[in-house]
Amino acid sequence: MTRDTRLAWINGLMLPLLNVLTAFAAIAIVFVFINVDPIEAAKIVIYGTLGYEEGIGYTLYYATNFVFTGLAVAVAFHAGLFNIGGEGQAYVGGLGVALVVLAFDPSISPWIVIPASIMGSLLFGALWAIVPGYLQAYRGSHIVITTIMFNFIASALMVYMCVHVLREVGQMNPQSKMFPETAWLPFIHDVFAGIGYKIAPSPLNLSIVLALLFSLLVWIFLWHTRWGYAIRATGKNTTAAVYGGIKPKKVIVITMCISGALAGLVAVNELLGYQHRLMLDFQYGYGFGGIAVALMGRNHPAGILVAALLFGILYQGGMELAFELPNVSRHIVVVMQGLVILFCGALEYIYKPWLVRFLAPVEVSE
Amino acid sequence: MNEFLLNTLDATLRYSTPLIFASMAGLFSERSGVVDIGLEGKMLIAAFISAAAASVFGSPWIGLGAAIIASCIFAMVHGFATITHKGNQIVSGVAINIMASGLTMVLGLAWFKQGGQTPALANDERFLSITLPGVDIIDYIPILGDIYRELISGHNILVYLALLIVPLVWWVVYRTRFGLRLRAVGENPKAVDTAGLSVDRLRYKALLIGGILCGIGGAYIATAHNAQFTKDMTAGAGFIALAALIFGKWRPYTVLSACFLFSFLKALEDRLQSVVIPGIGEIPVQFIEATPYILTVILLAGFIGRAIPPKAVGEPYIKEL
Repeated sequence: MTRDTRLAWINGLMLPLLNVLTAFAAIAIVFVFINVDPIEAAKIVIYGTLGYEEGIGYTLYYATNFVFTGLAVAVAFHAGLFNIGGEGQAYVGGLGVALVVLAFDPSISPWIVIPASIMGSLLFGALWAIVPGYLQAYRGSHIVITTIMFNFIASALMVYMCVHVLREVGQMNPQSKMFPETAWLPFIHDVFAGIGYKIAPSPLNLSIVLALLFSLLVWIFLWHTRWGYAIRATGKNTTAAVYGGIKPKKVIVITMCISGALAGLVAVNELLGYQHRLMLDFQYGYGFGGIAVALMGRNHPAGILVAALLFGILYQGGMELAFELPNVSRHIVVVMQGLVILFCGALEYIYKPWLVRFLAPVEVSE
Repeated sequence: MNEFLLNTLDATLRYSTPLIFASMAGLFSERSGVVDIGLEGKMLIAAFISAAAASVFGSPWIGLGAAIIASCIFAMVHGFATITHKGNQIVSGVAINIMASGLTMVLGLAWFKQGGQTPALANDERFLSITLPGVDIIDYIPILGDIYRELISGHNILVYLALLIVPLVWWVVYRTRFGLRLRAVGENPKAVDTAGLSVDRLRYKALLIGGILCGIGGAYIATAHNAQFTKDMTAGAGFIALAALIFGKWRPYTVLSACFLFSFLKALEDRLQSVVIPGIGEIPVQFIEATPYILTVILLAGFIGRAIPPKAVGEPYIKEL
C-alpha cells in the first residue's frame, strides 16, 4: 500500500471509527455517573432497536429523518458552507406540506396529492435556505449566524401559523386538522401486507425509500455532474474555482437551495408518513442531529446512511432505555449527539498525528 | 407616571441581565478570535448546576460558584477543541449547546427524579430583590420617586452586577494591557505571536472570562429570575445575546444598548399578549418575538449600517514551524 492509500484509509475509516468509539466511551462514563451499568444499557438498546419487528420499524423511521438532515448538512459542507439551519428548514418544509395537502380536495388521487406535497416540502425548505444563501453570497453576512437567526424566525412563524392560521376549527391544540387519507404516505407494514407478508405495525413509511433515492441522487449529483463539481470546487478552493469559470456566488445560492430542500423532506416522513397533521416542533432535534450524522458520515451519502442508522438506533434506544430504566431520561441520546459532534467534528483530528506516525510515516526519499 | 411603561421597563431590566452577561462573555471570546455560539449551552448548564447546588447546599452563593465552575469546564472544552486542536469553532459550539441540553435533562432526572426539573428553591436558596436605601425619602419627589422605587430599586444583586460589569468590560478591553492584547489577537494573531506573546494562552484566558460570565448569567436565570431549573429554560437567551453582540458591533456599550432593545421587545411581547390595539387589531406576539432575529439579519446584510467582526474570528491560529 502506498502512503497515500494508507492516509486515505486513516482519514476515511479509522479516524471516524476511533472518534465514534471515543464518544461511546464518554457516554459510558455518563451512564456510570448516573448509576446505570453501561453494558446493561447497551443490551437494552440493542434489543429495543434491532431485536423485534416494531423496534426495527421505529429505528428505521427515525433514521429516515437523519438521512434527510444529514444529506442537507453534507451538501452544504461540500461547498464550504455550514448550514445549521436544518432545524428551521425542516420546520418550514412542514408548512409547505400542510399548505399543499389542505389546498387539495380530499377526493383527488394520492398520485397527485402526494407528489405535490413532497414538492411543497422541497420548495419551502429551499425557500427558507435561499435567503441566508443569498445574503452570504451577495451581502457577505455569515451563513452560520443567519441560519441560526432563521431557525428562530421559523419557530415564531410556525407558532403563528399553527395558532392563528391553520388551527383546526374548535380545537385548542395548536395543530392543523387531520390530513385526508388520500395524502397519507403508505406505511411499510401496509405495503408488505399488500404483497402478502405480515409485519408488525410501526411508523415506518415509504419515506425511507425516498431517503435511499435521495442518497443516490445526492451521490450522483455531487460526484457525477457539472454542478456537483462546481460545488466541490468552490468548497475546496474558491479562487481556483473562479479561475475554472465557476461563479461561487451562484453556487452558494444553489447549494443552499438544495440543502434546504433536503432538510424540508423531514416533513414528508413526519407529517405525510406518520403524524398526518401539521403540529408544533415535529422536527425537534433532527436538524441539529443532521450535523452529527454528516460529520460522522464524512459528508458522503454512504457514510451518512450508516451514521443515520446509528442515530436511529440511538433515538429508538433512548426511548427504550427511558421506558425500561426510570432513572434514565430519553434525552440521553441528545448527550450522545453532542458527544459525536464534539469528537467526530471539533476534535476530528485528535488521533491523526498518532495514527500517521505509526501507520503512514513520511517516507524518506532516496 | 405611566404604570404600563414603568412595568415594561422594569421587566426589560430583568430580561436584559442574562443577555448582558452572555453577550459580554461572547465579546471576550470573539474579540480574541474565537466564535462562541455555545453561549446558550454554557448558560443552560450553569442554570441547571446553580439550581441543583443551591437546592442541595441551601445557598444561592454556592449555586453561583458551582454554576461558574460548570460553565468554565464547558468553556475549556471549547478551548481544548478549537485552540489546542484547531477544530472548527462552530462545530464545537454546536456540540456544547447540544451536550448541555442533553446533560441537564439526563442529570436532572437521575439526581432529583422530578422529570428533569430541580426542586423548587426556597427564598433563602435564591437571590432575592433588594430594596435600595432611601426609597422612602426619594418617594416624596413626584416622578423621580416612582422611577427610583419601581425601576431602580427592588432588583436582585445580579441585576446590579450586570449593569456594573459593562463599564468594567469596557475598561478591561480598552484601557488595560490585557485588553489591548485581546483585541490584537482577534485582529491579527500573527502580530501578537511575533511580539512573543502566546496566542493560545490569550484565547484561553478570554474563554475562561466568558465561562465565568455565562456562569453568572445562567445562575441568574435559575436562582434569581426563577426559583428552579426547568427543561431548556434558557430558551434561546444565549442566541439573543449572540445577536446582541453582533447588533452591538462587538463594542461593550453598543452591545448593552442592543441587550436593552431586545429585552424591551421581550417585555413588550409579554404585555401585548392578545391585546387589541385600536385601528391595528391584535398584534401577533410571534412577530415581536422574531424581531431581534430579523433585525440582526438585516444588520448583517448591511442594510442598516455594517457589522464588521474581528478580523481573525473563526480561524484557528496555526503557528508556522
